[in-house]
Formats: sequence, C-alpha cells, structure tokens
Amino acid sequence: MDLFLQLFITGIMLGSIFALVALGWVLIYKCSGVLNLAMGELTLIGGYVCLWLYQSLVKTMPLMTAFLLAIVGTLIIGLILGLLTERIFLRKMIGEPILAVIMVTVGLSFFFKGMVFIIWDTDTQVFLPRVFPIEPVVVGGVAIGQVYIWSFVAAMLLMVIFVCFFKYTRWGLSMQACADDEMAALSLGVSAKFVYALAWAIAFMAAGVGGTLLGNINGLNYSVSLLGLLVLPVVVFGGLNSVPGAIVGGITIGLLQNFAGGYLDGYFPGGIKEIAPFIFMVVFLLFKPYGLWGWERIERV
Amino acid sequence: MAENNKILKINNIEVRYHEVILVLKGVSIEVPEGGIVALLGANGAGKSTTLKAVSGLLGHEDGDITDGSIEFLGEKIHRLPAEQISKRGIFQIIEGRRVFDHLTVEENLLVGAHLRPSGLKERLETVYHYFPRLRERRTVMAGFVSGGEQQMCVIGRAMMALPKLMLLDEPSMGLAPLLIKEIFEIIQRLNREERIPILLVEQNVKLALTVAPHAYVMENGRIVMDDTSEKLKENPDIRDFYLGLTDVGGRKSFREVKHYKRRKRWLA
Ligand SMILES: Nc1ncnc2c1ncn2[C@@H]1O[C@H](COP(=O)(O)OP(=O)(O)O)[C@@H](O)[C@H]1O
Ligand SMILES: [Mg+2]
Repeated sequence: MDLFLQLFITGIMLGSIFALVALGWVLIYKCSGVLNLAMGELTLIGGYVCLWLYQSLVKTMPLMTAFLLAIVGTLIIGLILGLLTERIFLRKMIGEPILAVIMVTVGLSFFFKGMVFIIWDTDTQVFLPRVFPIEPVVVGGVAIGQVYIWSFVAAMLLMVIFVCFFKYTRWGLSMQACADDEMAALSLGVSAKFVYALAWAIAFMAAGVGGTLLGNINGLNYSVSLLGLLVLPVVVFGGLNSVPGAIVGGITIGLLQNFAGGYLDGYFPGGIKEIAPFIFMVVFLLFKPYGLWGWERIERV
Repeated sequence: MAENNKILKINNIEVRYHEVILVLKGVSIEVPEGGIVALLGANGAGKSTTLKAVSGLLGHEDGDITDGSIEFLGEKIHRLPAEQISKRGIFQIIEGRRVFDHLTVEENLLVGAHLRPSGLKERLETVYHYFPRLRERRTVMAGFVSGGEQQMCVIGRAMMALPKLMLLDEPSMGLAPLLIKEIFEIIQRLNREERIPILLVEQNVKLALTVAPHAYVMENGRIVMDDTSEKLKENPDIRDFYLGLTDVGGRKSFREVKHYKRRKRWLA
C-alpha cells in the first residue's frame, strides 16, 4: 500500500511536468495546426539554459534567489527563442502541406539537439549545489522527495498563469479565437502570424520550465528530450487541441509511467517505464482517435 | 460634391483565385458616407469575393486583386494586408455566422474589440442595448446558442470594433422570417443611430431593398444593374427574378425567354 501511495503521489507530481510541456504543445497545434515533433528538444534547451543561468548566478547570491532568477531568465530566453523560431523557420511554411511542416519540426529537433550538445556537451549535468533539500517529506506515511513537491507547485503555478492568460487577457482571448476560426479572427484584425509566434513563445517557456524541473529530478542529459517526447502520448490521450486534456493527460501518463516502473519492472526488466506510455498511446488511438476531449477539426471553406 | 461623400470606391476591380480563376471581371461599387448599399445577386455571382477584396481577407484564400483599385476615405487600400485594412476601420462579417464556438458570447464580443481595447464596458452595453438577447446569453458558449443569436453575436462582435465601414455578408441566410425581420430592423438602426456605413450582401432582395436606398445587382462577376431601390423595385427584371411579383404564364416575349435562360443559369 505504501508503494502504491508513493507511486501515486510522485506519479501525479511528475505528471504535472508533462502536463505543462503538453500544454505548450497543444497551444501550437490549436493555433497553427503544426504537429511539433521538436517538443522534447525545447525541453532540453530550457533545462540547459536554466542550469547555465543558475550556475552563473548561484556564486553571488542565495540558492533560492538564484534559482528563481534563473527560471525567470529561462522564461525570457524561451520567449525570445520561441518568437525567433517561428519567425525564421515556420513563418515561411504557412500554407505548405502539413507533412512538409512536420518535417521542418523534425529538422528543428536535430538542430536544437546539436546546438545543445555543441554548447553544453553530452555528459550528464546536475543542478549543483542542489536547489531543493534532499531530505524527503513524509506525507500520509509515505516519503516524497522535496524536488517532486516543488516541481508540482511550480508546474501548477505556471499552468494557472497560462490559463488565466488565455481567459482574461486580450491576446489570450484572441489566441483562442484564432484557434477556433482563423478567418473570423482575421476579420477582426487579429494577426494570425503574431498568434503563431505567441504560441511558440509560450511553448518554449512551458517546455523550458518543464526541462528545468525534470533536470532537477534526474539530472540533465539527452534523456530529458525523450521525456519531452512523452507529450505525444499525453496529447493523444487528452485530445490534440484540448488544454484541459493536456493537463489530465499529463497526469495520467505520469501515473502510468510510475506504476509501470514500480510494478512491471520485475517482469520486464529495464525500459518498461519508458515504453508503457507509447504502448498505451497506440492502443488508445485504436479506440478514441480524437482523444478524450479533442474535437475533430472542422474545415470551413 | 456627390463624388466627395463616397467613403468607399471600388474602381473596376478584377479578382482571381489561385492566380487563374477569374471571378470578378471589372466591378465598381461606391458607398456614401453613412449609407447602406445593397449588393444583390444569385449564388456564386461573386458577392462574397467582392467583400473579401475590400476587407483584404482574399489573401487568406489565395485570391488576388489583379486589376483596378479600392479607395477608402481617399486612401488606396487594395494592396494592404487584412490587418492593416481592419486598422483603418473596415470590418467584414463573414457569411455563415462564424462565432468562436469555444468562447462565450461575451468573450466573442471582447475579441471584436481586439484592435480597440479601451472603454470595453460601455461598448458592451451598447451592443446589449441593440441585442438584449445577447445579454441574456452572455455566459453561454457561442457554439451552443441558436442560429439567430449567433448572427446577432457576429454583428455585435463587429460593432465592438467601432467600424467605419461594415461589410455584412448574407445576415439572413438560413434564419426564420420573423428573426430576419428583427435582425434587419437592428441593422437599420445601427446605420441610423450609430452612423455605421454598411455594404450589405443579400439574397433576400425584398428586405435588402427596403433597408438600402441604393443597390447593385451582380451576375457572373459583373455588375449588371445599379440604381436606387425605388427604381429597382419597379424594374421588371428584378420583379420577375428576385421578387417573384409577375404572374407566371402571362404574356411571353423575347425578353422573358432571355430571362428564363438566365434564371436557369442562376438555379443551376
Ligand atoms: N477560395 C476560392 N477559390 C476558388 N474559387 C472560389 C473561391 N471562393 C469563391 N470561389 C468562386 O468564385 C465564385 C464567386 O464566389 P462567391 O464570391 O462566394 O459568390 P457569392 O458570395 O456571390 O455566392 C464562385 O464561382 C466560387 O466558386
Ligand atoms: Mg457568398
């Protein structure tokens, strides 16, 4: 029972990070119809950028201040990189066949990965000094690592901020409008191009913080981008264009991964944790191709 | 003098889709300050294309103005992208009641104010004043309100933009007669009380001719008639083909044979 609770709680917390990254992915898909296969690499870049900022800052100031500033810096750099990526690589692809656009994102994923390895090398790096104390906190009889708890808090906080942005700000509403009916939004003076750029910016920011949190849990190396790739099962489950779906899907996949790792690893040693979400995705696709909350895109001519 | 009070001048434009399909073959239309002008014609005549040429939305459908010019308040606008044209105050209400399904009615209205984000409260009140039904439905997802309410929602949404010219595409399409009457009365009030000039595309000729003092008739990408509504109502072609006022089976003439052929083409 303790093992179950432990897996359950950390699963939810891990899942909240997936949810955050998936939210960014869904946003790009909703607003511009681009299936972004570079999401894992956005996570990777964010993680390394934050690590670099943190290590530069921590020499001169307290740990937590340095980390918070590093996160803010990651958000800002993410915003800029997102706008640039859209402008340089995707703007020209507007209106091109969907497959061509997907190939561009595949190309981007290799490009980003290469850049990260050139700048930061391929060795595993960790956030040192540790940001979160290593002693676990005991919740309801099970010990939970503090890094999980804080990751959960951070991911949730950022998601709430994003949701408020969509709900209560002018550009947030206009982004949703554009996702619903681009031509009608255009007729009201909403710039679709700027909406795409914003979507990429937000995706970069979400992925950056996601990568930072994952890096704090496991250390930073190539495998963070594989975790980032978990957005695919997440969004397939939740629905490609549903924000609530991304959140529920993220947490579901977090749980699934943890339970698979905890209970099945004995039978299928090594790797079941990584594969389980994808097996789940394939099976799920057979039954509900639009996910739990996705809607079929209605093309109006 | 008569020349000066035209806010919109479409001068002999030619429009092509995908660089080959010629849809408008020299269309000229003028809208006077504060006026309502109707653009009539059968399906496929090119009415919506004309509106999109003015609003710049053609670009979104791979259409292009290949000849002629469009002037708004003395400025040539036919080369501008859609966003720039909206910034100058021209807003098109696309046919087919295209609300943002997943936003509430009020959020739809707020998106209408995208380019003018101040004084929202007052403007919402103005919209609700003309469309009290929208106030009742303001927290409902726009995808779930009735067709009439959706039409009101898209008109209200464009009002939120404080338009200097409203391009209204077939507001009566698929609505019940009573509702159409209600909406047309409001359109007329918007024009009179809010002083919004309107270029109205309609297939409901009878109603269009009652709200618009001046109308153009379009056929196959060309303007074939252009007159005051009074005169058009008396015009035998219009009476016959759009208003259905002449009795069928009466005298036959060459003209009617010609009409008959034309009607067949319209119905095809
Ligand atoms: N995006 C497009 N691509 C190609 N042809 C189009 C497009 N939109 C409209 N057309 C054609 O242009 C003609 C006029 O269409 P439209 O302006 O929608 O007419 P109306 O609004 O009068 O019914 C039609 O023959 C239609 O098939
Ligand atoms: Mg039309």
